[in-house]
Amino acid sequence: MPEIVKKTILNRDVCRFEIMAPRIAEKRKAGQFVIIRLHEHGERIPLTIADADPERGTITLIVQGVGKTTRELNNMKAGDKIADVVGPLGRPTHIENFGHSVVVGGGLGTAVMYPIARALKDAGNRVTFILGARTRSLLILEDELKGFCDEVKICTDDGSYGKKGFVTDLLKEMIEEGEKIDFVIGAGPIPMMKALAETTRPHGIKTVASLNPIMVDGTGMCGACRVLVGEETKFACVDGPEFDAHQVDFDLLWKRNRAYIKQEKIALERYLKMQQGATF
Amino acid sequence: MGERKKLSTKERLKIPRQPMPEQDPHERIKNFREVPLGYTPELAMKEAQRCLQCPDPPCVKGCPVEIDIPGFIKKIEEGDFLGAVRVIKKTNLLPAITGRVCPQDEQCEAECVLGKKFKPVAIGNLERFVADYERENNLIEIPPRESPKGKKVAVIGAGPAGLTVAADLIQKGYEVTIFEALHKPGGVLVYGIPEFRLPKSIVQKEIELLEKLGVEIVTDFVVGKTATIDELMEKEGYDAVFIGIGAGLPWFLNIPGENLIGVYSANEYLTRVNLMKAYMFPDYDTPLIESRRIAVIGGGNTAMDAARTALRSGAEKVYLIYRRSRKEMPARTEEIAHAEEEGVEFVFLTNPVEFIGDEEGRLKAVRVIKMQLGEPDESGRRRPIPVPGTEYEIEVDTAIVAIGNSSNPLLLQTTPDIETNKWGNIIVDPATGKTSKKGVFAGGDIVRGEATVILAMGDGRVAARAIDEYLQTGKW
Repeated sequence: MPEIVKKTILNRDVCRFEIMAPRIAEKRKAGQFVIIRLHEHGERIPLTIADADPERGTITLIVQGVGKTTRELNNMKAGDKIADVVGPLGRPTHIENFGHSVVVGGGLGTAVMYPIARALKDAGNRVTFILGARTRSLLILEDELKGFCDEVKICTDDGSYGKKGFVTDLLKEMIEEGEKIDFVIGAGPIPMMKALAETTRPHGIKTVASLNPIMVDGTGMCGACRVLVGEETKFACVDGPEFDAHQVDFDLLWKRNRAYIKQEKIALERYLKMQQGATF
Repeated sequence: MGERKKLSTKERLKIPRQPMPEQDPHERIKNFREVPLGYTPELAMKEAQRCLQCPDPPCVKGCPVEIDIPGFIKKIEEGDFLGAVRVIKKTNLLPAITGRVCPQDEQCEAECVLGKKFKPVAIGNLERFVADYERENNLIEIPPRESPKGKKVAVIGAGPAGLTVAADLIQKGYEVTIFEALHKPGGVLVYGIPEFRLPKSIVQKEIELLEKLGVEIVTDFVVGKTATIDELMEKEGYDAVFIGIGAGLPWFLNIPGENLIGVYSANEYLTRVNLMKAYMFPDYDTPLIESRRIAVIGGGNTAMDAARTALRSGAEKVYLIYRRSRKEMPARTEEIAHAEEEGVEFVFLTNPVEFIGDEEGRLKAVRVIKMQLGEPDESGRRRPIPVPGTEYEIEVDTAIVAIGNSSNPLLLQTTPDIETNKWGNIIVDPATGKTSKKGVFAGGDIVRGEATVILAMGDGRVAARAIDEYLQTGKW
């Protein structure tokens, strides 16, 4: 069973894990993900591989505690073992030197975009990263991104840090200022990705979104991750997770991601109650 | 144990087919325990007396792996149950599984001479009985292993085909590693076929036996992603590879509304329930949506499994919608009967045309059209044709599409030198399982499209023999 080698708390909700998974560390490319299962009773959930160290044999996962499984993971510590980690899954990001690439990360989407920004930079792009979050304490990876991006623009919904506003406001500003943008790629909450697509659509800028549908096996076997792209149904796990943002039906994705909202609440409340029981 | 009784043919013919004791339908739809309870020794011996011991037994020809059927039945009649299972295991390593899931009514039992005037001998029930006898009494022998050959074989996929290849080759003295994409070995036996039809403890036992023999099983390993076949052969020193990855890409109907919440592929529904134990949510973390009225679309074994699983997961009403009539249904007769007894409502000669949802994108009805049967198609079954003006809606909150699978391209994308046909199935020499790539063999559903567990095992056996020969002679 893969061991958690290191855990870092990034903020109240988000932790970074380095997990021993040598084969995945060696093979993974930017844009790919793993499926994990914490224990025998666990569910299978996809998590983006944020980084990897092939020499040490570790992969990095950045996890926001939202539902039961992600909170349970965030309560684990270095030395703990995860029952299953399988990957690298999904198609790697198509990387080339586009010229000026703008990479957009909203909230945890930043963790998804981090390795992609790096790969774009390595391929010779000028990389501008637009980093956004609800509030300052939820911003992640600022220093890491500043380490290699040509520019990092920051915004928060509440104005507690950087510019007040949304990532798309910053992107719109760049476009209106006449900055030449050759390629946009982003990940974040679904309404953000939808807004991103609408921001670039009138200007004909090639835009890619990394989608986060519900998955089970992650190898194309079940079809839980169906997304509509143009007129076509695609399986995000094998055809994606990245698609032309101008073609994606984000409303459908948003609805489908709420399929188990009731059960998710039951599972979380039960977990929190059990945790309280364990503490007192 | 004793001699076979001296009964006349007439006396044997008088014995009726011994019914399989089963859980009561009203009870069993409340649990996931196995439906047939198994023969008692008395029932088995009685049933065995019905076999006429034909000199040129047609049942054997009906069996894809040519089990000596009269041979093992004779042993049962003599009370030598262990002897019986040993006869079976000469050609079939997994009788506890095939006794439960083989389509006997289309294979061995279809050929039984008794079937012409009476009911055929219950070959499947007898096979199952002796396999269970051996397992439950801890009499399973670990077969001997030949001396190590110093060669390594990679088996991709821990389903029926792969398990068979592994079992055969480990005994021949090869080092065998099985690579499985999911977190548990067993393939369709684990994620697909439900507990009430094939208890997972039985599959577990067979897999443990392989491990005792020395087979290494690596789960969470997606060949094509975690490593390619070329890497396994060139970097990791595998001398031969067997591909038994199944047909793992579900078909949908391609009708409007198919992406509504509540429309599942049978693969997803069954995986959630069987592999992930969603029926025990929230004790297990994987959920199912709350379903009260379910439509299953399809007429095969998977459709029956889905329908019966749906009942056990608490649905009030389960429809099974099939575009042809009862006669054309490809499912095992026993599964159809079980589904019916349990209260699944069959809607024949009907096909969905649209899924209808509410504002939240949740399924609320399926719109269907009536069909009639026209001329026979390539499969020999009469082609269903829609009858104009007969559309109506069935109110459901869940639909399970069980109309089959095509081949999953994940692995084959990384092996351009393995030839496939237009459906994406691997092309092999049927006598050996050889693919177009040297050292690589294949069998089961990735070759056949969708077939059966026993055919996959048969392919595994053929390939194992050919792999042995290839590794001994080096000849391709």
